[in-house]
Amino acid sequence: MRNITIAAAVGFAAIAATSAATAGTVLDAVKARGALICGVGTGTAGFMLADSQGKWVGLDVDVCRAVASAIFGDAEKVKFVPLSSQQRFTALQSGEVDMLSNNTTDTLTRDTALGLDFTAVTYYDGQGFLVNKKLGVKSAKELNGATVCVAPGTTTELNLADYFRANKMTFKPVVIEKVDEVRAAFFSGRCDVYTNDSSSLYATRTANVPPPAKPEDFIVLPEIISKEPLAPAVRHGDNQFADIVRWSQYAMIEAEEYGITSKNVDEMMKSDNPTIKRILGVTPGMGKALGVDEKWVYNIVKQVGNYGESFDRNVGMGSPLKIERGLNNLWTKGGLQYAPPIR
Amino acid sequence: MADLPAGERPQLAPPIDDTGVLGWMRRNLFSSWGNGITTVVLIVAMVWILSSFLDWAVFTANFTASVGSECRGQGACWALIREKYRYIFFGSFPYEQHWRPLFAVIAMLAMLVMSADRRMWNWRLLVIWGVGSFVTFLLMFGQIHIPLSLFLFVALVIGGSGMSLRKGIADTGEMTAYRVLATIGAVGLALRIAGVLPTWSLAIAPLSYVETSLWGGIPVTMILATYGLAFAFPYGILLALGRRSNLPLIKGLCVGFIELIRGVPLISLLIMASVMLPLFLPSGTTIDKFLRAQVAVILFAGAYIAEVIRGGLQSLPKGQFEAADAMGLNYPQKTLLIILPQAIRVVIPPLINTFIGFFKDTSLVLIIGIFDFLNTANQALVDPNWAGFPGEVYLFAAFVYFIFCFSMSRYSKYLEVELNKGTRR
Repeated sequence: MRNITIAAAVGFAAIAATSAATAGTVLDAVKARGALICGVGTGTAGFMLADSQGKWVGLDVDVCRAVASAIFGDAEKVKFVPLSSQQRFTALQSGEVDMLSNNTTDTLTRDTALGLDFTAVTYYDGQGFLVNKKLGVKSAKELNGATVCVAPGTTTELNLADYFRANKMTFKPVVIEKVDEVRAAFFSGRCDVYTNDSSSLYATRTANVPPPAKPEDFIVLPEIISKEPLAPAVRHGDNQFADIVRWSQYAMIEAEEYGITSKNVDEMMKSDNPTIKRILGVTPGMGKALGVDEKWVYNIVKQVGNYGESFDRNVGMGSPLKIERGLNNLWTKGGLQYAPPIR
Repeated sequence: MADLPAGERPQLAPPIDDTGVLGWMRRNLFSSWGNGITTVVLIVAMVWILSSFLDWAVFTANFTASVGSECRGQGACWALIREKYRYIFFGSFPYEQHWRPLFAVIAMLAMLVMSADRRMWNWRLLVIWGVGSFVTFLLMFGQIHIPLSLFLFVALVIGGSGMSLRKGIADTGEMTAYRVLATIGAVGLALRIAGVLPTWSLAIAPLSYVETSLWGGIPVTMILATYGLAFAFPYGILLALGRRSNLPLIKGLCVGFIELIRGVPLISLLIMASVMLPLFLPSGTTIDKFLRAQVAVILFAGAYIAEVIRGGLQSLPKGQFEAADAMGLNYPQKTLLIILPQAIRVVIPPLINTFIGFFKDTSLVLIIGIFDFLNTANQALVDPNWAGFPGEVYLFAAFVYFIFCFSMSRYSKYLEVELNKGTRR
C-alpha cells in the first residue's frame, strides 16, 4: 500500500509545472514563452466569461487579446487564468500571470502599496440607479422621497446617503444582505429604486427581470454617483511591458476616434491622413519606439477591433446587456475615453 | 351453522376489503378518520406539486430555443443545458478535443469500477491504477514527461517495501531481486542528486499539450476527488498508525498535524495554498494551481481519514496484535497483513461517508479560480445570452452529483455485506 502512495506522489510531483525564475523582463519572458498569460475573473457577464465553446470573451478579455496582437501579431497567443478576487493580486505579484484584466478598480493603495501599475481605464464604472419605467423618472435628481433597495455595509450604501444628502433629498433605504433578495425585493415592487455598480445593474436587468415583465421595462438612470475606473494592472518594475499594455488600449480608442474598424482597416492602410498612416504603421516609427512590430495597431484592430467595436460586441447594444456608452464614449462624443496621440 | 358437524368449520375467504390493494390501503392509509384525512391531504398535495413540476419541467419546457430570451415566460429552459452541456462537462478544454476529457472520465470510471471489485484487491490494483492514471493524465495533458529519477524512485520503493514485507515469506531468489532493485534505486538516486547522471526523461507526447488552467468540469471534480482520496487514504493510514506510535516525536507530529488540519476549514487551506504559498516561493517560481489545490485536498482529507481509521484500529482486540507478534511478523507485515484488513473493514461506512463528503467539497476550489463541475455550471449562468435560468442549471448539476454520490453509497452498502459475510449469522 505504501509503495503505491509514494510512487504516485512522486508521479504527481513530476507533473507539477514549475517554471524557473527568469532574470529578464516580463516582455522577454512572454516572448520566450510564446504566449501572454492574462489573469481574468471567474465570470462577469460582458467583461469576462467562457462561452459555450469554453472560449474566453468579454471587454476585459479583449484587452488581453489586443496586447497579444501587439506583441505577437496573433490575438490567440494568450492563456487565460481565471482568478478569484482573493487571489488576483498575489497571482500577479508572484508572477503566475503577466497582467490582470479583471474588472479591478484603480485606487491609490492598490497602485502603490500592492506594487501594481494600472494602465489605461477599460471601463468607467460607478454606482447608478435602476428604476421601473412606469415610475416616469428620467434623472436621479427626481428621486426625492424614493424607497431604495441597497446591500448593507458596502460603500454603495454610503455613496447613496451622501448623494441624497448633497442634493437635499430624502430616501427610505430597504437594506437587504443577499444580492438575490435585494433584486427580488426590487422587482416585486418593494422599492422604487435599486442601486449598485451600473455594470451590475445592466446585468441584473438582462438576467433577473421576472416574467412577464421585460428587460426594456426598466432603465438605468444616467447619473453615476461614484468612481469605479476599471483598469488592467501589471507588476511594478517593467515599464516597457506596462507601456505595451497601456498603448494597446490607447490604440483601440485611437482607432475608434479615427474611424478605423476591423472591417475597413485594410482600406485605411491606403489612407492619406498622416495620423492614420502613423497609427497603422504605414509611416514607421511608432512600433519601434514601443518595441513591437510596426503593424501592431493594424494587428490589434484587424483581430480584436477598435474600442467601440469591442464595447458594442461585449456589453453595448450588440450584446444582451445593452449598456449605454455614457462615460465610456469617446471624449469627442461627451465621454471620458481619451487616448493620447500616437506620434 | 347447525348443518355442519361439530369440530369442522370451512375456511371462509377473508372479507373482500381486508385483502389485496384495498385491504392494504384500509389497514395502512385509512385506519382511522385522522389517518384518512392526512392521506387525502398528502395525496392532493403530492399530485399538485408533481403536476406543477412536470408542467414546468416537461410540458411547457423549451428544448429548442437558440437564445435565452426565447425561453422567457415559459417552463424550464432545457435549451440552456443543450447549448451549454459540453462546457459544463468539460470547461475550457479545447472544444474540438473534447473527446479527450470524455475518454479520460471513462478511463477513471473504469478504473474505479474495477477497483471496486474485491477480487482485484491485490497486485492487480496497482496495475489498474497505474494504467488508468497513465491513460487519464495522458489524455488530459496530451504529453507526459517521466523523469529518470521517478523510475529510480519507484525501483527503490518496490525493492524496499518488498524487502521488509516479504521477509521470511519469499524465497532467496525473490529477496535478492528486491535487494538489487532497492540498490539500483538508491545508488541511482544518489548519483542523480550528485549530478553524475544526466537529466533524462521519457517523453510520451502523442497529443497537443493542454495545461491545467484549461481543465474544467467533470474531469476536474473527478481528478480532485479520486486522486485526493486515493492519496489521502494511505496517507491517513500512516497518520493513524503514527498517532498510535510509541515514539513521542512521531506521535506528536501526527497528532499536531491532524488537530491543526481538522481545526481549520478547507477554504482556509485552499486560500493558504493559492495566496500565501506563492509569496513564500522565490519570485518567478510558480507551482501549478491545480496541483496546489490537489495537495490541499489530500492533506485535508488525510487528517479526516486518519481519525476514521484510528477508530477502526482501536476497535481491534489487543490479542490480534499479540498474536501477530507471537508469529514473528515484523511491523510492516503485522500491520498490512493482520491489523489493517480488520480495522478498515470496521470503518467502511464512515470512510465512504468521508469520501462522499469530499467529492462534494471539491467544489470549494472555485475560491481559487479552478473550474470544477459546479463552477462550470455557475459559469454557464453568467453568459448574458442565457442569463436568468439558475433553476435548470442547478437541477442538472444536482442530478449529476446525485448519480455519483448515490452510486458511492450503494457501493458502500454492497461492500459492507461482502466484507461481513464471515461474521454474519
